[in-house]
Amino acid sequence: MADRQRIYLRIIGSRVRGQLTYRTSFALDVIAQFLGQSIELVAILVLFTQVTALGGFSAPEVLLLYGLAATAFGLADLTVGQVEELATFIRTGEFDVMLLRPLGTLPQLLSADVALKRIGRVASGLLVLGWSLATLDLPWTPARALLAVIAPISGAVIISAIFVAANSVSFWIVDGREMANSFTYGSSFSTSYPITIYGPWLRRALCYAVPAAFVGYFPALGLLGRPDPLGLPAALQWSSPLVAVIAVAVAGWIWRAGVRHYQGTGS
Amino acid sequence: MLAPYPQLLRAGYRRHAGYRQASLAGLCANVVFGLLRAAVLTAVLAERGTVAGYDLAAAVTYVWLGQGLLGIVLLWGDTELSRRIRTGDVVVDLGRPWDLQLALLATDLGRAAHALLIRLLPPMAIGALFFPFRWPERPETILLFAVSLTLAVVVSFGVRFLMNAAAFWLLDVRGLIGVWGAVGGVLSGLVLPLSWFPAWAQALLSWTPFPALFQTPIDVFTERGDAAALLATQVLWAGLLFLVGRVVLVRGARRLVVQGG
Amino acid sequence: MIISTEDLRRDYLVGTRLRRRRVTAVSGVTLDVEPGEAVGFLGPNGAGKSTTIKMLTGVLVPTAGRATVCGLDPVRERRELARRIGVVFGQRSQLWWDLPLADSFDLHAAIHRVPQARYRERLDECVEMLDMAGFLATPVRQLSLGQRMRGEVTAALLHSPRLLVLDEPTIGLDLASKERLRSFLAAVNARGEVTLLLTTHDLPDVERLCRRVVVIDQGRVLVDDDLGALRRRFAGNRTLVVELAEPAPPLLGLDGVVDVAVEAQGMRQRLEFSPAATTAAELIAAVGRRCELRDVAVDEPSIEDLVRTLYARGPVSSGKPHSGPLRP
Repeated sequence: MADRQRIYLRIIGSRVRGQLTYRTSFALDVIAQFLGQSIELVAILVLFTQVTALGGFSAPEVLLLYGLAATAFGLADLTVGQVEELATFIRTGEFDVMLLRPLGTLPQLLSADVALKRIGRVASGLLVLGWSLATLDLPWTPARALLAVIAPISGAVIISAIFVAANSVSFWIVDGREMANSFTYGSSFSTSYPITIYGPWLRRALCYAVPAAFVGYFPALGLLGRPDPLGLPAALQWSSPLVAVIAVAVAGWIWRAGVRHYQGTGS
Repeated sequence: MLAPYPQLLRAGYRRHAGYRQASLAGLCANVVFGLLRAAVLTAVLAERGTVAGYDLAAAVTYVWLGQGLLGIVLLWGDTELSRRIRTGDVVVDLGRPWDLQLALLATDLGRAAHALLIRLLPPMAIGALFFPFRWPERPETILLFAVSLTLAVVVSFGVRFLMNAAAFWLLDVRGLIGVWGAVGGVLSGLVLPLSWFPAWAQALLSWTPFPALFQTPIDVFTERGDAAALLATQVLWAGLLFLVGRVVLVRGARRLVVQGG
Repeated sequence: MIISTEDLRRDYLVGTRLRRRRVTAVSGVTLDVEPGEAVGFLGPNGAGKSTTIKMLTGVLVPTAGRATVCGLDPVRERRELARRIGVVFGQRSQLWWDLPLADSFDLHAAIHRVPQARYRERLDECVEMLDMAGFLATPVRQLSLGQRMRGEVTAALLHSPRLLVLDEPTIGLDLASKERLRSFLAAVNARGEVTLLLTTHDLPDVERLCRRVVVIDQGRVLVDDDLGALRRRFAGNRTLVVELAEPAPPLLGLDGVVDVAVEAQGMRQRLEFSPAATTAAELIAAVGRRCELRDVAVDEPSIEDLVRTLYARGPVSSGKPHSGPLRP
């Protein structure tokens, strides 16, 4: 197991070195990613020039949600964003080459490239997260500090699982990438706002089907020390790590089913 | 003189008709984001009855129309010309007995025509069926909207053409296209109505072609503002961008000849 | 037995959901390959070669039938099988596009857990035999096709596989690169360590490397035989090419000659003769009695002609005319 991880580290290391070779171009890419993530923030700020609260949440509270969502999405995009290339790998036959190596297909695909520029997205998320936590002036307890660390990490794991599960659609559908995007980018977008603004069906989908609510909304309630205006149990506010584990298991199952389907029908 | 362009238009249509799965996948993304964005705007209007003249029906119409236009006006994902410039294949395109810029425009209009059926109508139908959708009150508005939509595609083509043509000078235009992909939606009024922006931002944007992409056709449909003035502005930008594109292409082609690819 | 298949079959569903059709790519391939063999796997485009190879390497599940490779079930024991076989696709790369070739080798060795000492020994040997020292530090994307293919074959051999599967390894290569690759593969195979299974459109590959030929067409095995036996069995007429000192009228009426073609205004003539009726030596003597000879050569029936003959006679044509000769 250990030496397998060393292999991936070496592959990833060589990728990262390659991207750092052209420093100016890399810096521009990072800035573009930073801007790309921040534009969502601009939209939220414009909304709050018109209103003082959204779904019962103030501007700094919504920005806390946004910070959690953006950090989680940025981390997920950085680590598993490569899975979006699955359709290309299948089309070019490179996926067959992966099946011919004594390694798992998913780790091979994920380590085939690492878009380091996406730290721009993470930076944007972390800045807003830090700013909102400071502005909200919350009384810091060990539990709250722990949650502030756990939340973005389990959020990143949840979004990563959504990335893998959604992009597995490429095993079945030739041009499914945009459909996958509606789950991945849709999760990130939806969890930047309190789920109180959504109708009951959308809200249920975000809690139970595509668990985006566990990336932003529930941990944010925990951090803010607010009871849930929807009356859902307080335990949910701490359940993100558990949801993350379940999401990973489900995503892994969908991926394996996809590979089996691919071997069954071929290209 | 006109000979190849209607054929290219049809070819553009047929080419995209071949990617039905991709169109459906894109439609799925448009609908999901339509639901989410409609919820956000509804939440804003729940706090304040109307914002800058938008009531609930206007806001919902704005969202679903925008989601439908997205697949037609096309902000993202058009990198073919820059790729052909980078690989040098553009030499072949320039050598053909056609006007490359017009040829690409014709193909793009064909693509847009196909998207009209599969990308615009379904989101509008969802908006009309499940939300308080606002149809135009004057029948001639539909005609004006069709003109405005066509002009929006031409303006969008102009912007995309310029960004792709930058590949004549830049080694890699993906960063440029990436930044546009990030900010284009907000600047053109796809994400939020531009009239919700602070006055200074609105003033600044009115001097750019960006509102002509989304905000203008939506305004024409929802009968906000003077349609004639809106269309005139679009015509102006469409022509201007096309002319600038022409100059850029000529210079780029000359540069290619001088440097030998 | 290194490869053993029994009635291997593979169907594809094609068309849209509404109008699905079942297409059989491989229907009932039974094949046994012993360790150390070198087998040429031939057939026209769409004959089912690639599909068979994908089933043997664990990329595709057979619709029916059974395959065992290196004693393993290819799909169920994919990773274990990957450690024991090497695969080279002529048209897709297993190397890391933007890394120096040497780094790709390092990664391959690491992936297959080749002990350092063995890896160095193996690599040094390949580098020397394939003359790769000059471009080990070059990123793969900057290599010529010939250089890249040498890299691909090396990578596939680093872990000392028992079976090397090559799918069109010489496609697009120039003559010198082809020859270098062929002699290397022949040398590797001659040592008896690795079994070769080779698909190709390039029949000289087969003549140079394979002792056994399996011809597949429309998903079925048409012929499975020793190359020499095949040649004897199906060899048609041979051709004697004579270059004359002076132009001469067509050399008609020679014993055993079935056809005469005249080139260069009668300076060169091609005499097609039946090996059963005469020999090249007798024919040369007969021509020599009529006119002055400058040069003679005998055209052997190429394996290409041979395979073409096979397709023409093929038992699977089922009435309809055959799709045509092999693509050169």
